[in-house]
Amino acid sequence: MSTLATAATAAEERSGQPLVEVSDLRVRFRGYAGREARALDGVSMSVGSGEIVAVVGESGCGKTTLARSILGLVRPSSGVVRFRGEELSYGARALRRYRREVQLVLQDPTGSLNPRHSVYEAVAEGPRVHRLKDESGRVARALSQAGLRPPERFALRYPHELSGGQRQRVVIAGALALDPRLIIADEPVSSLDASVRGEILSLLLQLRDELGVSLLVVTHDLGLAWNIADRIVVMYLGRVVEQGTTEEVLHRPKHPYTRALLSVVPEIDQREPVVLAGETPDPCRVPAGCRFHPRCPALASGAAAAAGVADDCVGTPLAVLPAAGGHSAACHLHP
Amino acid sequence: MSVLELRDVHLTYRTAAGPVPAVRGVDLTVDAGQVVGLAGESGCGKSSLISTVLRLQPKSATVAGQVLVGGKDVQTLSWSALRAVRWGEAAVVFQGALHSLNPIQRIGAQLVEPILVHDREATPRTAGARVGELLSQVGLPARYADQYPHQLSGGQKQRVMIALALTCDPQVLLADEPTTALDVMVQAQVLELLTGVAAERGMGVLIISHDLSVLATTCHKVAVMYAGRVVEEGPAREVFEHPRHPYVRALARAFPTIGDTTSRYAPAGLPGDPPFPDHLPSGCPFHPRCPEAVAQCPSVDVRLWPAGPGRAAACVHVDGAEVHGAGLR
Repeated sequence: MSTLATAATAAEERSGQPLVEVSDLRVRFRGYAGREARALDGVSMSVGSGEIVAVVGESGCGKTTLARSILGLVRPSSGVVRFRGEELSYGARALRRYRREVQLVLQDPTGSLNPRHSVYEAVAEGPRVHRLKDESGRVARALSQAGLRPPERFALRYPHELSGGQRQRVVIAGALALDPRLIIADEPVSSLDASVRGEILSLLLQLRDELGVSLLVVTHDLGLAWNIADRIVVMYLGRVVEQGTTEEVLHRPKHPYTRALLSVVPEIDQREPVVLAGETPDPCRVPAGCRFHPRCPALASGAAAAAGVADDCVGTPLAVLPAAGGHSAACHLHP
Repeated sequence: MSVLELRDVHLTYRTAAGPVPAVRGVDLTVDAGQVVGLAGESGCGKSSLISTVLRLQPKSATVAGQVLVGGKDVQTLSWSALRAVRWGEAAVVFQGALHSLNPIQRIGAQLVEPILVHDREATPRTAGARVGELLSQVGLPARYADQYPHQLSGGQKQRVMIALALTCDPQVLLADEPTTALDVMVQAQVLELLTGVAAERGMGVLIISHDLSVLATTCHKVAVMYAGRVVEEGPAREVFEHPRHPYVRALARAFPTIGDTTSRYAPAGLPGDPPFPDHLPSGCPFHPRCPEAVAQCPSVDVRLWPAGPGRAAACVHVDGAEVHGAGLR
């Protein structure tokens, strides 16, 4: 583990509690034909202060719903979100105070910025909403923290005059203008060019090191997680199926789903790719037993039967993984 | 045999602000059964280049050079001959294909249309049977013919788009960013499908992507574009593992190898942004961002130069590179 991650863990231990913790969070939506979609079906996880956590999984696994619940944009059907140990309350005033501390950065910076607002106006919107003093000072500081230096050169430009990477920096500056403690980034680089990607990821690392901001990065890109994350949470069909430090999860993956995800990362000299058939199954129809069993290569190959757990895979549901439990996986074969 | 051959292709857009050269002399061949990758960032001219293959470039564009599909120059064909080439000899799966299906028409009807238009002997009945075959070739159950696009997931729609491109059995298939909007697992499925199709039918496939690591693992050969030109080409793996051009080195590093400790907490990027085609830097257009630029780079224009067996790169650092520029001839 790097010294940075150790420092972050040490800070968390001193304060005795993670910055954000969700426990047994469940979110249901009304699905088609009167069915209920279980978008989050029991998720426990946490983000420590100054920690970078990557939530990975396929589309429809619930990773964006998790991010939205932490932001207070979705009210869970059951379970709680705690920020600095306090339960999130959903009153308008409390949420407004909360959102100064927790900010969101989305995938597509072009879609996030109003084309008729200058960079200054885009970044000043947060401070205005929260009626903060010294608006121009805040904007200038946020712009230079986001790497748009000198800030006055960028303040009066419009989004169409900027490159993709610069636009994403403006969006990040908009979040920084409120001095948040947690930034939630949903696929922050997937719409950017390859050469710009590294620059934005470096910026995120730098924000953690210099400002101590925590980051929750929602992504399907395991290379991104390897580049910047301290810990990885792997989600499948509304549940966390594996979590641990980045090294643990990527070097010694336990869950067959994590192994399959790793095997399809385009890489030279890779292991034999395990291309799972089908796509993420339907959250309206969660399979019995282990929810991954219909696609599980370990069950299909007979490895689970050889270990004598095949009946459990098909019939025995797995417990929700606890938020603090080191490297753990929700699997009958590789617990 | 080459099914697609581009010879010194130029494409220039006429705009109110003057001519904008998007493609500035590209040579590229795709052989039957070969999967070729074309990599580059936004604005490098890769999509403009592809538009010339079916003569789909907008009216404001002028094309020079030759674009040969099955030996015929597409840019000079008559309309009726061009119509036969489109779909019949070359077909494109466009970027953003997920939104290209007609939302109010069943999948089957959309697949039948090009068959009836292009195959004079086809009847609605034989065409219907062919739709079932096509769907199963791309790994979808034949009953999907009765579905509407909104009932399909992103990966399934992309499969339908590939089936659509295969309807008239073309010799060459062009796929513009076929996996960008898709998940890793679905991306792997789609790439497997494309390479499988090339091998089975002996078709040439050209895949365009900004993700060099994707191309390195799926293609036989890869060409990397920057500012309207190919700056490096060669066997895909070799180019990815041992790039000769500094830009390609940076692109290859942008996608880290998981487990490589040098990239842990150290994302590799490239300062600056890709140039706009209407404001190209002098000399080698990459020099303002190049970590290895030397004094002559801003003034010399380097062309592709042999850089090992089957490889070429356009950089002054390649041994024996021929440079065109002030006082260096």
